[in-house]
Amino acid sequence: MSRTDPLLVDLTRKLLRDVADPQTRRGGGGKGDWRAAAWQALEGSGLTRAWVPESAGGSGAGIADGFEILTLAGGVALDVPLAETLLAGWLLATAGLTVPDGKLAPAGTDDDSVRLDADGRLSGRAAAVPFARDVDRLVVLGQRATGEAFVALVDRAACTVRARDNLAGEPRDTVIFDGVTPTALATARADLSGRLLAMGAVARACQMAGALQGLLTRSVAYVGERVAFDRPIGKFQAIQHALARLAGETAIALAASGSAADALADAAPDTASSGTGDVDGVFLEVASAKIRVGEAAAAGAAIAHQVHGAIGFSTEHPLHLFTQRLWAWRDDFGSESAWAVRLGTHVAKRGADALWPMVSAR
Amino acid sequence: MAEAIHFDQVRLSESAQALRREVRAFLADEIAAGTFDPRRGVSSAVFHAELSRRIGARGWIGMTWPRRYGGGERSFLERYVVTEEFRVANAPVGLHFTADRQSGPMLLRYGSERIKDEILPRITRGECCFCIGMSEPGSGSDLFAAATRATRCDGGWRVRGTKVWTTAAHRADYMIGLFRTSPRTKEDRRHGLTQFLVDMRAPGITVSPISDMSGRREFDEVVFDDLFVPDEHALGEIDLAWKQATSELAYERSGPERFLETAYLLFELVRVLGERPDVRGAEGIGRLVAQLHALRRMSVSVAGMLQAGKEPVLEGSIVKDLGTTWQQTLPPRARDLAAFVDAEATDRSVFDAVLDYATLAAPKLTIQGGTTEILRGIIARGLGLR
Repeated sequence: MSRTDPLLVDLTRKLLRDVADPQTRRGGGGKGDWRAAAWQALEGSGLTRAWVPESAGGSGAGIADGFEILTLAGGVALDVPLAETLLAGWLLATAGLTVPDGKLAPAGTDDDSVRLDADGRLSGRAAAVPFARDVDRLVVLGQRATGEAFVALVDRAACTVRARDNLAGEPRDTVIFDGVTPTALATARADLSGRLLAMGAVARACQMAGALQGLLTRSVAYVGERVAFDRPIGKFQAIQHALARLAGETAIALAASGSAADALADAAPDTASSGTGDVDGVFLEVASAKIRVGEAAAAGAAIAHQVHGAIGFSTEHPLHLFTQRLWAWRDDFGSESAWAVRLGTHVAKRGADALWPMVSAR
Repeated sequence: MAEAIHFDQVRLSESAQALRREVRAFLADEIAAGTFDPRRGVSSAVFHAELSRRIGARGWIGMTWPRRYGGGERSFLERYVVTEEFRVANAPVGLHFTADRQSGPMLLRYGSERIKDEILPRITRGECCFCIGMSEPGSGSDLFAAATRATRCDGGWRVRGTKVWTTAAHRADYMIGLFRTSPRTKEDRRHGLTQFLVDMRAPGITVSPISDMSGRREFDEVVFDDLFVPDEHALGEIDLAWKQATSELAYERSGPERFLETAYLLFELVRVLGERPDVRGAEGIGRLVAQLHALRRMSVSVAGMLQAGKEPVLEGSIVKDLGTTWQQTLPPRARDLAAFVDAEATDRSVFDAVLDYATLAAPKLTIQGGTTEILRGIIARGLGLR
């Protein structure tokens, strides 16, 4: 029932290895170069338009494929706006708008942050917009004064961007819209904000699960090479058990994020408002993935650092590319705590006897 | 690295979910009739002979086995659903659970036709109880240290030695026991052990109870004093028992019982915190439910992969490690989250009772059927570290 396209998965894996290998990408032609080349390769292969239907000029690869691409991207701790471009493209396509080439980022997951004024201009601000300063265009989800939701495409250059970085050094900028005229605009369904939050949360969960797999692979390799007390440290039971725990955290992250991705791929576009049992099911999947993968990120990063010792704490070693992103990505599209309160409140309201039927519905 | 971790996305079919509704209705009737109380935190190891027979009559024991032995030829995923429902309801299925999960499949693979014809249909009728004779006073996690000896004699074997911590030995009709048939070799310390089918009614067996710290009698010491076991009862190759653990082991390790054993405590926690918990309570419930859901998705996936003929040995071991470890953190977590539930305003007596029960039961979860340490060694081997 795995519905991802194996050819696409192979292509993505190979491409990422060629253009974004964490071991080599920091050497050579300077910091900016590999990112530009990586982006060109990703765009050239159509991977950046996986969530745009073929009819709208995309690759039409499907929701499940897009999440698999992001899992693989997490596996090399990729820090170009691939997830952001996928999400923004999905947002535009869902609203019936044409998706332009180039780097995109979604803005305004909070309903009230950006308004569309009567004269057709955007005002307000969006906080923690990923990669805002690096992208060509922003896709803004906001609300008209009438309460109606809209999706707007704006040139990034027309906005004021206040640079802020997360702890991994990835841009999480504040964008100020001061009377910006969109280049395209469409009315959106009322529930699109919730859908974007869910897609974003699962996108980050997939990236984190991939990064955990990357940590596991690197840690296993490292303990086979590093010698202490006259043998590879991987021969010590304490190290073996630490890596077994890392494998457990990686496994549950892959299972939870994969399952949530599958649930979102399954969900009809109108599921979020249909009022059927599917709402519960998809919500449970998304919330659980973001919560449990976020927990795994913290636990896994700690184990990987411990087995790597001092070298893993250095800038020179690529370990931090993974661990810093794992810590940072937990905060995007709702932290573990935020999703847990939402999920717990929902479960409590439904009552103890409804919990098992909810969990066992799929 | 030996293998990458992978989980297929597996969804339960509509027919499996229809079966779930059927099992739920059956259990609701049994609960209404007073057969058992799902909120009492009773152990699934409790025996209820009539209930086991009625479950057998519904075709819910040996579900995946061939029809000619009384099985239902249904899928692993259908069995999965049935196991989940019985476990969540806290149903007393101790009489048939071990036989259904592991002894029956073992006989199917290694038993003679005569043994299969004679015993398997009795298991599927819910009339036949099995115990597993693995641990000994000098051999626990280190199974290959087993010293209970089976010596060749005319027509079979003579067994002398002691098994211990044997769940339900005093009620079992049969044991599948691991006995030493040859000394281990220098080259391979795993060599020399053989699995046998033992008739627990045979002369030469003394079963003595061992009370656990919660006061329950679930396991025993079993002493063999010149027990005769016929040749036909040797299962699989002599001296090579260690080779016989295959995908069935993954199934045994990854089933829903590995994370649902104390689920009743989570349900009672949600009940006692009420419809509108404060933010601390809500977050606590949310994290626990996320964990339950994630474990379940792993477990369903492993069942689906086994059904598809794959051997997710690493993934299966991980389910048991994470599932049992989580179940152990559940009692202290539930206790913390319910700390400020006022007994004057809310009846928390059921919650408190099941919390006590789960707290007392928790230590065994990461010991029985393979300790956490052994599992992590297996996982490390799967990672290529040993």
